[in-house]
Amino acid sequence: MSPNLPPDDFVPGIDPVERETTPVLEPEFEVALDGEGAHGVDTAERADELAWSEISGAEAYGDWLPEAEIIETRGTWTEVWRRFRKDKFAVVGLVAIAVLIIVAVGAPWIAPHSPLTQYDSGLSAQGQPMAPNSHFWLGTDLLGRDLLSRLIYGARVSLVIGILANGFALLLGVIFGIVAGFFRGWLETLIMRATDVMLAFPILLLAIALSSSISKPGIWVLVVVIGIVYWAPMTRVIHGEVLSIREKEFVTAARLTGCTNRRILTSHILPHLVAPIIVYTSLGIATTVLLEASLSFIGLGVQPPTPSWGQMISDGQQYYTSAPWLTLFPGLCIMITVLAFNLVGDGLRDAFDPQQRQR
Amino acid sequence: MSVASDTIALGATGGGGDTLVRIDGLTVHFPITSGVIVQRKVGAVRAVDGLSFDVMRGETLGLVGESGCGKSTTGRSILQLEKLTAGHVLYEGADLARLHGGALRRQRRRMQMIFQDPYASLNSRMSLGHIVGEPLLVHNLRPRDEREDRVKELLNLVGINPNTINRYPHEFSGGQRQRIGIARALAVEPNFIVCDEPISALDVSIRAQIINLLQDLQRRLGLTYLFIAHDLSVVRHISDRVAVMYLGRIVELAVNRELYGEPLHPYTQALLSAVPIPDPVVEERRRPVVLAGDVPSPASPPPGCHFHTRCPAAKDGLCNVDDPVLREIRPGHFAACHLVSATDYPRIRSAEDRAAAAGTAAAGPADKAGDAA
Amino acid sequence: MSLNGDSLLNVTDLAVTFDSQEGAVHAVDGVSFAIEEGETVGLVGESGCGKSISALAILGLVRMMNNSTVTGSVEFMGRDLLALPEHEVRSVRGRDMAMIFQDPVTSLNPVLSIERQVTEGIESHLGLSHSDAVKRSIELLETVGIPKAAERLHDYPHQFSGGMRQRVMIAIALSCNPKLLLADEPTTALDVTIQAQILRLMKQLSADYGAAIMLITHDLGVVAGMTERILVMYAGRIVESATAKELFGHPHHPYTVGLLRSVPRLDEPRKMTLQSIEGLPPDLAHLPRGCAFAQRCVLRSEQCRLERPELLPTTPGRLSACFHSDQLVETAVASR
Repeated sequence: MSPNLPPDDFVPGIDPVERETTPVLEPEFEVALDGEGAHGVDTAERADELAWSEISGAEAYGDWLPEAEIIETRGTWTEVWRRFRKDKFAVVGLVAIAVLIIVAVGAPWIAPHSPLTQYDSGLSAQGQPMAPNSHFWLGTDLLGRDLLSRLIYGARVSLVIGILANGFALLLGVIFGIVAGFFRGWLETLIMRATDVMLAFPILLLAIALSSSISKPGIWVLVVVIGIVYWAPMTRVIHGEVLSIREKEFVTAARLTGCTNRRILTSHILPHLVAPIIVYTSLGIATTVLLEASLSFIGLGVQPPTPSWGQMISDGQQYYTSAPWLTLFPGLCIMITVLAFNLVGDGLRDAFDPQQRQR
Repeated sequence: MSVASDTIALGATGGGGDTLVRIDGLTVHFPITSGVIVQRKVGAVRAVDGLSFDVMRGETLGLVGESGCGKSTTGRSILQLEKLTAGHVLYEGADLARLHGGALRRQRRRMQMIFQDPYASLNSRMSLGHIVGEPLLVHNLRPRDEREDRVKELLNLVGINPNTINRYPHEFSGGQRQRIGIARALAVEPNFIVCDEPISALDVSIRAQIINLLQDLQRRLGLTYLFIAHDLSVVRHISDRVAVMYLGRIVELAVNRELYGEPLHPYTQALLSAVPIPDPVVEERRRPVVLAGDVPSPASPPPGCHFHTRCPAAKDGLCNVDDPVLREIRPGHFAACHLVSATDYPRIRSAEDRAAAAGTAAAGPADKAGDAA
Repeated sequence: MSLNGDSLLNVTDLAVTFDSQEGAVHAVDGVSFAIEEGETVGLVGESGCGKSISALAILGLVRMMNNSTVTGSVEFMGRDLLALPEHEVRSVRGRDMAMIFQDPVTSLNPVLSIERQVTEGIESHLGLSHSDAVKRSIELLETVGIPKAAERLHDYPHQFSGGMRQRVMIAIALSCNPKLLLADEPTTALDVTIQAQILRLMKQLSADYGAAIMLITHDLGVVAGMTERILVMYAGRIVESATAKELFGHPHHPYTVGLLRSVPRLDEPRKMTLQSIEGLPPDLAHLPRGCAFAQRCVLRSEQCRLERPELLPTTPGRLSACFHSDQLVETAVASR
């Protein structure tokens, strides 16, 4: 069977019999005033084949094209920020988070009183908690402690646990998601089926079961528990993203260039994961803060005397009608925090949305 | 049945040039699986069904066909982006499928691809300098302090202002992005480039620019192209030889002038007659051959000649039974058709021509579409 | 451009503007033309030139889009559609004026059977009973060349091939005997051999039904074989108008010249290079002050930079928007 070779007289590229030279637009016309740009390539002069090493900038193809006006260079992050700013709700959320962080960090300086001190003046004559007054701005709790200060220090707890726990879940989720999405095969099946199993459990119940089996609960335990319980949704999200990025042509091009898997992961895939990670982190913190509050509410979270909003609600339940501020204010704090992170998360998601990118 | 040859004659050459890439019995079947827990193979999409041809050094070999014919898969599998089910791809004699890991990566320098979609083929999060510079980095082609200059040279070569080296792809138009993709491909200094529909996604007024660029680069740098496209007019302009594919097989392969001047295979004839010509005076006089029916699915190609279900000249008992073999009909002109010989070939006439010959009026109801999937 | 009141469709100063972050995008920037009954007119241009939006504006579908402003008049069968309320336009749309879209994959509803989609228009516009509508649908499907139409009526779009789906679209468009058919790139997504089938079908049906066709495309070959008259658009404006033979034989606008020269032809000897149009298509959000094509034009002069050329007659029946069209008229530059 002969390989399909061309006829003996075949010489690639040269076909003078057949080709005619295209006349350039006749010089009778007024040609452009300034010689901007090339009128197509003049290949009447056929350059000899140049060895690669001889190519230098001077022998370029022609004047480069006059570009359409590029207004100014705008990096992707600037555009994202610009879009984010337009969403009023997201900005409000961002401000709230900023305030929260300042409060949490500056607790020792901001809190009017110590959160742990039980003040005699904090309790009424009958030993009941005091309503908001000029001394204790948001009132006191059952033990005469200043509610405001406890709320401020409680912010620390919520934020720290929320962020750390989410970070842990994120780390697990990213690792599993990338491994499953990029390498596929049996690893993917294993990881994704495990994820499916995890997702079948209600996270709160699972968290309760886990924490209650640990004899000495504390912040770190809480972080680990929440992390374990929350990695599954993150894995699923990252896995989906990796799958879609992997199929894109620029990844194929990178492979064709000879990039190793490692380089493809770091240079090509990870940068595209940044946006979904940021979005799902902010949404995730909302969830983890709520989880912590729920666990503390049941008593499986942060242990007293360390203040935690959830725990404060639990403490104040019985006095719901007589001292509503005990549950109202911590509840408000939780609500505002969760709402703020959700708003920011949504705002980020919209800001990153590629649909809105021009071209 | 494929047309694989059992012996591979290495070093066999025709006149004029030598073989750069030899494709021998290339077969790519994608399995169709079904089943919930365990996936069983229930069939296969026979995307490429036994291709054999050579790409000569310095030439532009055009690969044309309609959707589903397997031309894109062919290009990708030659570059080892798809796994071959059978067959060999020999680059300068070396079997590419045998290479793995580092050896394959080194071989990647010799061949590159230009992609169809200028928007998806550039990483939107990388600057131009990074995109075009990455190949230099991967293959260590330039020391660090020379890389930026080299990138600028490459951008200049393709007609992009080198001062835009820090900009991002979304700031450029489709045509410019395609140029950037070409610069990236050139960065490794390849000899062989597969152009996979490089202009179909571009505006009409930009296409000519890119075609001219590709031709110019070929002349300067001694490149060899496999030009995959469905636009027959463009392929004719740029190619030295052309292969026509239908449903995974090559049906005709010839030097440009012969394929377009005297197509032998019925499918080629129909294809060429269906291409609209931008001239109303010419269009008025033309009698295009309109094929009945749709292209069959590559998952279940017709038995025998894949084209027989739509072929006006098909002979029952022959064309639907035996696979036609790609044979040399005239020197350098190959066709896969039972009815084509050195002295005669089926001349496909349009319905109007046939009716005119039979003396009846040509006008009739809209053509029947035939049995379609 | 005929200004007599007998035209089937008379578009005057149609302009469509979108608000975007970049400012106002003038997608269509003052377009005027007319289509007579039974005529086939081509609207040619590249992506972003405004041809598709023009069609959508004529159908009254643009005003439903966010941030859009539509001005001008679209007189169809004597009535200005842009001035009519939506429910009246709806009675025209799908009935006297119909559209065929580019992508047969997305323009048919994947969850509705073909029967539903074809009979929908017939029932609401012609008021037929369901069984009558079904009978008519079967006839239509047979006319467009779908075999075993009666059985296939119950199938879903995904069970048809691309060419078949386009035939179904044509059937839907013709179901109420429209006077005007707007076809937006009807064959761009199809293979060349299928394209030949569909174009021949459209030609046949237009003759049988007496419908005028406005064929929107970027493909010069398609328009050469199908249309009698051609309008060339660039950056939202019409830059040339002529009969098909005149336009291809003897273009009067440098953009048309450039386009024709840049497209290789099967029936001519191969050239060394293609004559390309240099530069890039304009950014519709930042149109230059003068002629939008000037920066890419070989005939450009200072006047072109400063003033915008109007669409004016060059020879009887032909229009061109170029200050230098007289040069093109005189020296008879062939498109080769």
